Amino acid sequence: MSLNLEPYTSKSLMEQFFTQLTNGLAVGGIYALIALGYTMVYGVLKLINFAHGDLFTIGAYLGLTLLASFHLADHLGVATALFVLALMVMGLVGIIGILLDRVAYKPLRTSPRLSAVVSALGASIIFSNTIMLVFGPSPKVYPQGLLPTQVLYIFGLPIPIMRLLILLASIVMMIGLYVFIQKTKTGTAIRAAAIDQDAARLMGINVDRVIMLVFFIGPALGGVAGLMVGLHYGQINFTMGWIYGLKAFTAAILGGIGNIPGAMVGGLLLGVIESMGAAYISNAWKDAIAFFVLIVILIVRPTGLLGERVAEKI
Amino acid sequence: MIDLRMIIYAAVSVCWLVAPLFLGNYHTDVLNNIAIYALLGLSLNIILGYGGMFHMGHAAFFAIGAYATAIINTSYGIPVLWLLPLSGILAGVFALVVARPIIHLRGDYLLIVTIGMVEIVRIALVNNVFGLTGGANGIFGIASPTIFGHQINGIVNPKHYFYLLTAFLAFTITVFYLLEHSRFGRALKFLSSDSVAAEGSGIDTSGYKLAAFVIGAFWAGMVGNLYAGKITFISPESFSFWESVVMFMIVILGGAGSIPGVLLGAFLIIGLPEYFHGLQQYRLLIFGFALVAMMIFRPQGILPPKQHTYATDNASEKKVSS
Amino acid sequence: MSLLRVENVVKFFGGLMAVGDVSFDVPQGCVFGLIGPNGAGKTTVFNLITGNYNLDKGKILYKDEEITGMPTHRVVTRGIARTFQNIRLFSNMSVLENVLAGCHCRMSAGPISAMLRLPKQRAEERAAVARAIEELSFAGLEAQAGNLARNLSYGNQRLLEIARALASNPGLIILDEPAGGMNEYETTSLVNLIERIRKRGITIMLIEHDMSLVMRSCEHIVVLEHGRKIAEGIPSVIKSDPRVIEAYLGSDEDDI
Repeated sequence: MSLNLEPYTSKSLMEQFFTQLTNGLAVGGIYALIALGYTMVYGVLKLINFAHGDLFTIGAYLGLTLLASFHLADHLGVATALFVLALMVMGLVGIIGILLDRVAYKPLRTSPRLSAVVSALGASIIFSNTIMLVFGPSPKVYPQGLLPTQVLYIFGLPIPIMRLLILLASIVMMIGLYVFIQKTKTGTAIRAAAIDQDAARLMGINVDRVIMLVFFIGPALGGVAGLMVGLHYGQINFTMGWIYGLKAFTAAILGGIGNIPGAMVGGLLLGVIESMGAAYISNAWKDAIAFFVLIVILIVRPTGLLGERVAEKI
Repeated sequence: MIDLRMIIYAAVSVCWLVAPLFLGNYHTDVLNNIAIYALLGLSLNIILGYGGMFHMGHAAFFAIGAYATAIINTSYGIPVLWLLPLSGILAGVFALVVARPIIHLRGDYLLIVTIGMVEIVRIALVNNVFGLTGGANGIFGIASPTIFGHQINGIVNPKHYFYLLTAFLAFTITVFYLLEHSRFGRALKFLSSDSVAAEGSGIDTSGYKLAAFVIGAFWAGMVGNLYAGKITFISPESFSFWESVVMFMIVILGGAGSIPGVLLGAFLIIGLPEYFHGLQQYRLLIFGFALVAMMIFRPQGILPPKQHTYATDNASEKKVSS
Repeated sequence: MSLLRVENVVKFFGGLMAVGDVSFDVPQGCVFGLIGPNGAGKTTVFNLITGNYNLDKGKILYKDEEITGMPTHRVVTRGIARTFQNIRLFSNMSVLENVLAGCHCRMSAGPISAMLRLPKQRAEERAAVARAIEELSFAGLEAQAGNLARNLSYGNQRLLEIARALASNPGLIILDEPAGGMNEYETTSLVNLIERIRKRGITIMLIEHDMSLVMRSCEHIVVLEHGRKIAEGIPSVIKSDPRVIEAYLGSDEDDI
């Protein structure tokens, strides 16, 4: 048990709680970004893209490679460099996402749904092992000193500026996606395809293009989440995708899979639950907390917090 | 056709039985690993192959059998083989408890929940739950099994252990074959084919799903016992999520629902990489490609189950190729 | 005497009332028709009887015992077997194995007796196969026993569903659009088959859009519209009931 009861004053207890809260929200923002990829693909194809976690890992490794090989920070200044880097990572991982769909999922559109799940598992193994063969099995370290390390004080409570930036960046991207899905014509097409592909096709919507777009946006967000993890935590390894992926999937289920605001709420909530659980229950059981949440939610309310129940037709 | 098949099975069995006579200890140990994974694959096949339930937490049941054996043997000195049934029963009881609330879940959800289950079990083992599991270091000094006072040491003399495992494998193949072609096996195949139709035909689908989990777990627990007795030292590493993935691949690539398929799968996935050392590091990569390619080109696996013919008084029954 | 009694049954889907306060009795030994325009709630009533759906209100009694809320397989074991509107066979299994599924609930061997191959288990298997062949012959499918179910013609697939249901030795068989997708010749032999099932002492309840079949086969008819019972009686009365005529004329002619 990591709970230390001895010398805390009420202020430091408050501080500790606040630290855990902001920490949880920052991690939760990352979970939410990854969860969006699961939820968007699920919404349109009813497929759990098990390789999505590895796209996140690819994002982290691509970010590191691009950062190191182009010396972006030297040429452009840190802020612009990170912005360009994020765009490059999003674009590249998005393209890998489209390729993944073309090779591993598209031939299986008419097969039983579980065939595609097995194929996704295969793709996940391919991705993580390719990363291992290219970059080696040991963890990689992001260059240090690039990012601000200052700590802001809000009402006297400390918050590292990086955490705030991570949280803000993920919220901005989520809101951007939400507006795109709700307000644009393409977004409407995605929503229509998610409800009924055949009907959408009859209405003149190019469903194949929608699927392609979904397989671009989801992985792009997952990839940029990988970059953020690399920048924030400094260390990355080739198996990180599956644990982050599973937790992000839990977040998607928690919020209601297929539901975009659900993924955001689920991600933030799971981040906070996990962070609080690690601090106040047991740090050693931290990873198990997310799995408990996953199992409980699937047993008690498989449609998630924001999902709707649908009766199965017989 | 049937004769040719029987000849092949007989030839493979004979080769398997005499192989250790021509192999060194190292390569015999590889055969022992193949046998262990073949047994695990066959036990998973009850759940995944016949029952069609996407269960990726089978390593949890394997772990419970192995840890039960290790803990009881090292604390109370009860001989390993005496613990064989108990290891199975404990794993079966665990399956009964954890599977009951999750068996009604849809395929892909079940998959992810079972991954969660095996991870929780592993984390529990690492955290030295109840102070019994020895944490990340695991448990040392498990005794080797003895038969009629003769010790069968899996490390010093893998050839002896080979025949112990082979005997258990032969027993398993026989009873699982009988199970497959019975009311029970058929019920599992019906519910995996269409669970609404199976329920509507009078089959207690939840009960059978649960029974499949319990039998599969019972067997995996017994294999855990033999595994603990073989290597005499176990740690949480041996029961990770990846072990479950390997078992899953053995069944899916070999042929879900097919005993010969699962045996072939165990040989290809566990045995082959050992004989091609250059490929060792590409092993998982190749299996990843194989999974994708298999789903696209041959989703039923390399050796899919054969259509069973029933003995009838009616001569009109025709043979069909599926 | 009534074999099946449906009492004030109500079922909602979300806010939508699929079945509202429907009651009727199915007399022993009769051929009972449940008709109505599309979306009237006929299949929902079947699904409520067989326990595929849970009902929100009301009671269902079979042989004077309550079966409300019982899981489907127990309803089947009690003696109510069914077929499905959108054929649900075990398509990659043989025709014979499909019928063996129906035999399942009249067998008792468990996994352990199968693993030990006890003589009792083997005798039971043999008896089940013989029983399945019997039902296949009854439905005229014995020549197809070894074929895969998915290779049967559409009409034969419907017959196989009936054979599977009969193999469970039911007291009541529920047929959901048995003539759907059948040609005229097949429909005629279906009418004949229904009559032969009735002669075995099995009560039949059916949903059917083919009115000539309903009028030829059924002795007693209940008409549903928008989830409510609007008429009940013998075919000649139903044919001339103004509410029934209105319900059907009000809907798309092609559906009738």
